[in-house]
Amino acid sequence: MALNYDEVVAKYDPVLGLEVHVELNTESKMFCSCATTFGAEPNTQTCPVCLALPGALPVVNAKAIESTIKIGLALNCSIAPYSRFARKNYFYPDMPKNFQISQYDEPICFDGYVDVEIETEEGPKQFRIEVERVHMEEDTGKSLHVGGATGRIHGADYSLLDYNRAGIPLVEIVTKIVPGTGKYAPEVAKAYVAELRDILRGLGVSDVKMEQGSLRCDANVSLMLKDATELGTRSETKNVNSLRSVERAIRGEMLRHAEILETGGKVKQETRHFQEDTGLTRSGRSKEQAEDYRYFPDPDLVPVKPDAAWIETLRATLPERPSIRRKRLKEQWAVPDKEFEAMVNADVLDIVEQTVLLGADPTKARTWWLGEVSRIANDKGVSITEISITPADVAELINLVASGELTDKLARQVVEGVIAGEGSPSEVVAKRGIKVVNDDGALMAAIEKVCAAQADTAEKVRGGHLPAAGALIGAVMKETAGQADAAKVRELLLKYLGQ
Amino acid sequence: MIYKNATEMAAALAAKEISSVELTQSHLNRIGAVDGDVKAFLHVDTEGALAQAAAVDADRAAGKALSPLAGVPLALKDVLAQKGVPTTAGSKILQGWKPPYDSTVVSKLKNAGVVILGKTNMDEFAMGSSTENSGYGPTFNPWDLTRTPGGSSGGSAAAVSAFEAPLAIGSDTGGSIRQPAALTGIVGVRPTYGAVSRYGLIAYSSSLDQAGPFGRTVLDTAMLHEIIAGYDPHDATSINASVPSVVAAAKNGDVKGMKIGVIKQLQGEGYQKGVQTRFTESLDLLASLGAEIVEVDCPSFEFALAAYYLIAPSECSSNLARFDAMRYGLRTGDEGGASAEAVMASTRDAGFGREVKRRIILGTYALSSGYYDAYYGSAQKIRTLIIQDYAKAFTQADVLVSPTAPTTAYKIGEKVDDPMAMYLGDVATIPVNLAGICGMSLPAGLAEEDNLPVGFQIMAPAMQDQRLYQAGAALEAALSSKWGGTLITKAPALAGGAR
Amino acid sequence: MSTLSRDEVAKLAGLARIEMTEAEMVDLSSQFGTILDAVARVQELDLIGVKATSHPQPLENIARPDVVQPSLTPDEALSGAPAQEEQRFRVPQILGEE
Repeated sequence: MALNYDEVVAKYDPVLGLEVHVELNTESKMFCSCATTFGAEPNTQTCPVCLALPGALPVVNAKAIESTIKIGLALNCSIAPYSRFARKNYFYPDMPKNFQISQYDEPICFDGYVDVEIETEEGPKQFRIEVERVHMEEDTGKSLHVGGATGRIHGADYSLLDYNRAGIPLVEIVTKIVPGTGKYAPEVAKAYVAELRDILRGLGVSDVKMEQGSLRCDANVSLMLKDATELGTRSETKNVNSLRSVERAIRGEMLRHAEILETGGKVKQETRHFQEDTGLTRSGRSKEQAEDYRYFPDPDLVPVKPDAAWIETLRATLPERPSIRRKRLKEQWAVPDKEFEAMVNADVLDIVEQTVLLGADPTKARTWWLGEVSRIANDKGVSITEISITPADVAELINLVASGELTDKLARQVVEGVIAGEGSPSEVVAKRGIKVVNDDGALMAAIEKVCAAQADTAEKVRGGHLPAAGALIGAVMKETAGQADAAKVRELLLKYLGQ
Repeated sequence: MIYKNATEMAAALAAKEISSVELTQSHLNRIGAVDGDVKAFLHVDTEGALAQAAAVDADRAAGKALSPLAGVPLALKDVLAQKGVPTTAGSKILQGWKPPYDSTVVSKLKNAGVVILGKTNMDEFAMGSSTENSGYGPTFNPWDLTRTPGGSSGGSAAAVSAFEAPLAIGSDTGGSIRQPAALTGIVGVRPTYGAVSRYGLIAYSSSLDQAGPFGRTVLDTAMLHEIIAGYDPHDATSINASVPSVVAAAKNGDVKGMKIGVIKQLQGEGYQKGVQTRFTESLDLLASLGAEIVEVDCPSFEFALAAYYLIAPSECSSNLARFDAMRYGLRTGDEGGASAEAVMASTRDAGFGREVKRRIILGTYALSSGYYDAYYGSAQKIRTLIIQDYAKAFTQADVLVSPTAPTTAYKIGEKVDDPMAMYLGDVATIPVNLAGICGMSLPAGLAEEDNLPVGFQIMAPAMQDQRLYQAGAALEAALSSKWGGTLITKAPALAGGAR
Repeated sequence: MSTLSRDEVAKLAGLARIEMTEAEMVDLSSQFGTILDAVARVQELDLIGVKATSHPQPLENIARPDVVQPSLTPDEALSGAPAQEEQRFRVPQILGEE
């Protein structure tokens, strides 16, 4: 009888190790000047260097070095005063040179940490994940497996290779072993990857889209008995392509390891592949012998020796840590938990903050972006950052409403106008002739007209039946083509009817 | 005209006494007449050369400013990529490959209007000292067709020596320009590492490879040197500094007051008697011209050969991994559902020759885990000692000298089965490569025992290439006046071409 | 005298992805004795405290600006391909890991 999860964590301590690969969002590749556009036609972004044609030589992308140092700084790492590229030698068809330019014993960043907070039964709890190293390397090409039943590599008849991705800058972030997470191991891992993703997004160095592979996670898991002093044998799970999968893969591996150990077996040190559909891992093809990568310093490249002053300049440009910023904004804006979560999920924090910085009320700013603007963006099938209305527009709109020049309802028309490209809110107001009817005389005329036409209803209101006023207010609004302020109409109407 | 020097040809072209098309055609005729015996060329680009010549003639007729060597033909070692022209590096594995790009050296030659006649034979991937390791059969020494022209740039040296081209480009990883220049009685220079771009030079050993010029005189060689040298952003190991004024130096040969250091370790035992005699004679001549001859001690040179035969194979084992039958070149064994892995192994077996395989296996061994420190690591430390020996020697002398090769040209087949004997032929040239400095070989006369050319090697510190030319031109002038012409004018006529 | 056994040669040939016949492996194994003896001379000196030189020139921090330059056309990129299909390099079935 296999142990359930609670039994597993009661008996064993999980030890984690996480390797995250991040594709940088540089314009050009790591060692050549080819474009890095995602989804381009096959083999349209290749050159002698990234195809490894005879004679071609790599030259490092300066921006990639800068981005990597920023990542290191954001992860509290030391930046190496001297670091080098090394060749990792092994044959694989999607790797044109049959070696990967990477960093070996001289990585550019080392010894950092990331703090993450998760909800536990005892309330929020912080875990520190220590980062061993952050280094630069290059991505491989993509293969398409043709034939066979599964479309997978095994059983395919042949493969088709596209080298557009070959040579895109990758940064690998490797943690030290992470002990002491106990039953929260899966959540801690997920929180770490989520925090990394937010930090990297905040730095603007990567698209961090797990579904497009610009952020990929390999999870090492091992179990040790509670009182043991030696680490257990680990498995390395690759292909973990969403935050939820990180959690599932680790939980799954903990259960799988426990079952092996409980039945007196030995966990095999191997690479496994996570399968999104089943949530289980599958063993990779085991190699006949351990790979010997024969690392040596790449003789085509020279050492990287970042200037200390430059590092400090980069440090000064680092944005506030995302988790700290979220805490601060939530407090400053006094947003309830649920709503704040909605803002984070909708990715509107930046845009709302910009709107607030332009003088708008935080609650109003949040309501506009999360409400009307999001709705239109949704209808159009675009993201909120792509839609053509700026924080300045929204701030102006909020001002117009606050000063009584627009009603909420009219403001919605203005938003439509701005998005349709008719100009700034005030330009739309002018062009469309939108204005609140504030002229009491005009309003009174409309009220008198409506009360005459609907004398019965007017009589009910006059008799104290206030809910009936709604129909009259609606009619007045219609009469004024929606340009009246409903509150004002109500006030005048009730007064007119002696209430 | 083909027996003239490049400088004389350039003058005749400038004076419009001859057109580049005529000059090119004369050389193509000469190739047609003698190359059946010499086998210097792997590919003769008749149409391309004539088209290039015609373009130079048109530019000249139009009065455009032209570079000094515009319209002069040249032979190009097949190790350099030339767009649309078969480029094999002497290997079957690249048979039929036509690069879609130009190496930087080729771009510079084209920009200077130098006419590229074709690609010359070489030891496969520049691994060898006799051109017998070519996948396409050996080249024969024009001085004695039963002997090798040296290597690996044997085809280029033979082409210049046989008057098939006045100039040629070679590459020198352990002596592959200087040694064949010595064995064929011409001038060859290995420029300072980083002075000539390696972009498009098919790599053998990245930290040692350097392309360089061959000519029949010191001045011709300098003219070509100035065209191909210079900073290139496509090569991260390229030196960003102005090219030393080698042409000016070649025009002002003078050793008065120059300190010339004779390296104790590079003479005597192991050197053929006639080689040693001509070397000593040249020293006496230099002394008579006012040079001060001193002896310098470079004790670590004794270990240079060992270090070289670890570093070069190690780098080559990685550099040659890209020849895998996936993207270009030969593909064998692709039948009956063979895997990519099997096809790679089969192709690399079929496509690489014995010496290449030997060095790949040796390099793989030297880099493999457990042996790295003892072999590759130690070799790199020896390299440091050699650099230190040179640094000290250059405080005692302006240039250093030695015989270029221990022997004159040997018989075809004499050393093919004894790799160590072949390797020993590089003993005097290798230290220059390990230290990244520059070296020249120029003719010192014929050895009395076999009447074959002997080379005199001059070495100078990094980026002091002009010193080679200054000393070389002085020695050349003194020897020529003694002989009544340069040594090459004493070369025997070849059957195919009366002279 | 250093040696490299037939099995070691076989392992190295595997790492270097070169198919070798039994005769070739035996042949290489026999040649390696002399070659290894010669190169093993690098271990004769006391090299403690000596820095390794992997590069002959003391260059550092060579990088290029992050600017896109034109790539090859797909036709040029695929011009040397032993086989191609759908603008991609066609290669035999890959046995390795996913």
